[in-house]
Amino acid sequence: MRLRAIVFLFLLTFKLSAKTVWVGKMGVKTIKEALSKAVAFDTVYVPYGIYKEGNLVVNKPVCLLGINQPVLDGQKKFEVLSIRASDVKVNGFKVQHSGFGTLEDPGAIKLYNAHRVEVSNNELEDNFFGIYVQYGTNCVVKNNKIKAYGTEEQQIGNGIHCWKSDSLQIIGNQISGHRDGIYFEFVTHSIIWRNISKKNIRYGLHFMFSNNDAYIGNVFKENGAGVAVMFTKGVTMINNVFEENWGDASYGLLLKEISDSYVFGNKFIHNTAGVYMEGTNRIHFEYNVLEYNGWGLKMQANCMDNELLENNFVANTFDISTNGTLVLNIFTGNYWDKYEGYDLNRDGTGDIPYHPLSLFSVIVENYPSAMLLYRSIMVSLLDHSEKIMPTLTPDNFVDNTPSMHAIKR
Amino acid sequence: MNRIVKFIVLDIFRNKIILSYTILMSALSWGVFSLEDNSTKGVLTLLNLILLNVPLVSIVFSSIYLYNSSEFIELLLSQPIRRKKIWLSLFVGLQTSLILAFLLGAGIPILVYAPINYSFILILIGVVITAVFVSIAFFSSIYTRDKTKGIGIAILLWLFFALLFDGLLLFLLFQFSEYPIEVPMMFVSALSPIDLSRIMILLQLDVSAMMGYTGAVFRQFFGTRIGIYITFAVLMLWIFIPFYFSLRKFKKKDL
Repeated sequence: MRLRAIVFLFLLTFKLSAKTVWVGKMGVKTIKEALSKAVAFDTVYVPYGIYKEGNLVVNKPVCLLGINQPVLDGQKKFEVLSIRASDVKVNGFKVQHSGFGTLEDPGAIKLYNAHRVEVSNNELEDNFFGIYVQYGTNCVVKNNKIKAYGTEEQQIGNGIHCWKSDSLQIIGNQISGHRDGIYFEFVTHSIIWRNISKKNIRYGLHFMFSNNDAYIGNVFKENGAGVAVMFTKGVTMINNVFEENWGDASYGLLLKEISDSYVFGNKFIHNTAGVYMEGTNRIHFEYNVLEYNGWGLKMQANCMDNELLENNFVANTFDISTNGTLVLNIFTGNYWDKYEGYDLNRDGTGDIPYHPLSLFSVIVENYPSAMLLYRSIMVSLLDHSEKIMPTLTPDNFVDNTPSMHAIKR
Repeated sequence: MNRIVKFIVLDIFRNKIILSYTILMSALSWGVFSLEDNSTKGVLTLLNLILLNVPLVSIVFSSIYLYNSSEFIELLLSQPIRRKKIWLSLFVGLQTSLILAFLLGAGIPILVYAPINYSFILILIGVVITAVFVSIAFFSSIYTRDKTKGIGIAILLWLFFALLFDGLLLFLLFQFSEYPIEVPMMFVSALSPIDLSRIMILLQLDVSAMMGYTGAVFRQFFGTRIGIYITFAVLMLWIFIPFYFSLRKFKKKDL
């Protein structure tokens, strides 16, 4: 016991022994010098100034603190900050003009095999990659503003790029103008919380082979193709907003080859297609709001065992479309604003089943030019006769207990 | 000419049918807007109603009126008035009264409820569609002397434009779906004033689903300012060409 106390006290003194190193008038001239002078667990203070020091490598656990947002400039040639040690903290910098390179993928702040690193409150502007995490665990990327001015997919990297990592926390960042706002590949047990990702060239969030992650309360807006979650299982998506993703192949949320996931309380508003499901299995899709989309939900026939409960489908041009006749999914208790049934016993549930798939949406799926006839009387007649007697659309594509009122939560 | 127009308009407004048309349109529009909680949806529902009812009433009423006033026309012809003037007065009179009925019936609720940028185009479409079908009525009724046959033709024409044409279009779409038919389809749709106005309104309202490749092609044309002008020009042709031919016929016709 006593030994343990002694060890603890020793450790305490060790911690307390950490020094501070100042850059600028009060200390060394350059950050590079400061970093080489500092020993493990020191704090390096960097006052305001514009530092053009090429590539800065952090290879020991230090805390880099910027005061009044000093600017680290990569002069379009270098990777600005390379973190090659664990337990590093980078706070309060402005990092700009990182180099460009498709082989090296230089980033403004790049983490190599680093653990427990925190990158917070930085402003990143006009970089190739913003924050790049490679083989990281337990890292935190928090409250950063990441901005770029990309015009072409090939010419720009991702805002927050995470690869082969585990237990990351991506919190409260604002990302715009990159290729993908947030990119996850082989990242597990991580959380993406309260970020705003908008006006990125490709996806607001790009998610591949990343199991058991959660993203909660994010806003994805006006991205080239919305959000893609692919080849993954065990993803939790709660209370996100997917808005204004317009274009030919643009979706609010693209779910491709996803299984055993949970989509809850999200809002899909003003997208060409709110949600696009392909090869999606065993998903719980609950309490979501799909409003003012061209297609609320595009569910390809290769989706299986998904449960869609108590979602609101409001003012979409088409609530649902599919490309085949096979239906292996369950719709229960959703609110469809196009439902025309009645509720005699007034229990809030419609007495006749609702077939959300309109004949015309099937026709348009097969013959896109038929859109020319949208809302013509001919088409409404076809739709109505199909509703009464489903012959061409699968008759088991049905909600047996449609809600009479919009579902409030 | 003004006196004849005035006389015709007053005569039509004494007519119970035009009164019930006004009341019907008014009931439909107020009803639609107060039932739908979402006014954009209301606009869409009303668009369908307008595109169904307005042409029917315009074409049938005009035909019947023309046949019924054949004696009046003969009387006018015995006066020293030019034939062109008579026919034109009838045309203007019918147009004015039907358009007025539409504006009173549907125009007011649209202005009250619909979002401002949609309301004008919706009203404009209603007016233009009325004008087009009155013009078509003139064309169809001058070529047949028999009243029953004439009204039958009018109803058939309405049926054709409101329903059959779309079926035909759908058929063409299925047949030629392997080809890049977007652009030809656009020209074919110009052959029906109802389709043309529907597409024009939809591109103002419901752009979401019009996206995608096909949508992009249509939008590139119909969505732009020039596209709207061209669409309107085509609709104007739909007003003037049938009337022009009916006028030519009327000038030479032995009544």
